[in-house]
Amino acid sequence: MKFVKEIVWIIAFTFIGEALNALLPLPVPAGVYGLILLLLSLVTGLVKLSDVEATGNFLLDTMTLMFIPAAVGIMSVTDVLLPVLIPYIIMIVISTIIVMTVTGLVASAILKHKESKNIKKEASV
Amino acid sequence: MKEAIINSNYFGLILSIALFVLAVELKSRFKLAILNPLLISTLMCIAFLTFLDIPYDTYKSSACMLNFLLTPATVCLAIPMYKQLKLLKDNLLAVFSAITAGTCCSLLSILVMGKLFSLSDEHIATLLPKSITTAIGMGVSEEAGGIVTLTVAGIIITGILGNMIAESIFKIFHITHPIAKGLALGTSAHAVGTAKALELGEVEGAMSSLSICVAGILTVILVPIVNSTLV
Repeated sequence: MKFVKEIVWIIAFTFIGEALNALLPLPVPAGVYGLILLLLSLVTGLVKLSDVEATGNFLLDTMTLMFIPAAVGIMSVTDVLLPVLIPYIIMIVISTIIVMTVTGLVASAILKHKESKNIKKEASV
Repeated sequence: MKEAIINSNYFGLILSIALFVLAVELKSRFKLAILNPLLISTLMCIAFLTFLDIPYDTYKSSACMLNFLLTPATVCLAIPMYKQLKLLKDNLLAVFSAITAGTCCSLLSILVMGKLFSLSDEHIATLLPKSITTAIGMGVSEEAGGIVTLTVAGIIITGILGNMIAESIFKIFHITHPIAKGLALGTSAHAVGTAKALELGEVEGAMSSLSICVAGILTVILVPIVNSTLV
């Protein structure tokens, strides 16, 4: 019954997320509503980690697979995509490299700065 | 015979999973970044359907089971975030500065390159939300006057690319901290990047999950501002 209980929790949060997405006029997807509510429930203790962990980890572990149908869906828009494919690909490749690098380097710089401050603090104590 | 097979409730499912397993096997044998399992299984799937003249909708009617699991899986991203909550709180400055910097770079780079390639405003609006999760990106694109079907394609291509190049980028630019890696993956390549981050580790996964939410919200706020400069 362990998995049944876990699935009930996860589907319940998914369902509430879907409902909020349908009812509220915000551009927030159902999954993100569900994520925020599950996180709040875990923090407040309404749901325990052990209530969702095994099924949750299974879903996270297989997540990559879930993108295949949507990715294959590109084949159904080839007639609109082909004329702009080359500029699109060039822009996406360059932009993704820039975004990933800048985000990573900004985070690294701040983390390094913080760590060196902490070391100094420890040394002065 | 062919009809009976392709109309089976499990046809799309077994095709997707089997090709994915095959792609994972190829990757582990040849260890090349280009052999990204998601990319290769998608391409093999498209080739298979095209070659056997099977319409996408037939495939989708049984493969959509996988799609259906995506929302509960997104909900479960709360699990790594909860486990790493202390780390998130302790590093709020780094987290928010990095995601903001990344999101601004995403919008500016698309805007500048779009102008360089003299793309129409419609196409620029289509690509502005390329780094955020599909469900948010579709709304942003529609609001900004983009072509929603192409936005979805752009978001998926971005995700697969990010998933594919992450490890090389981290090596080249010496991005070694798990927090930095997670933020970089989630901000640049949304949920598909997060799937990669989860493979790298729990801290990476948690940071990447948070980035999906924050980068998504920031993009919703910033795109109308960027878009007003187009007119």
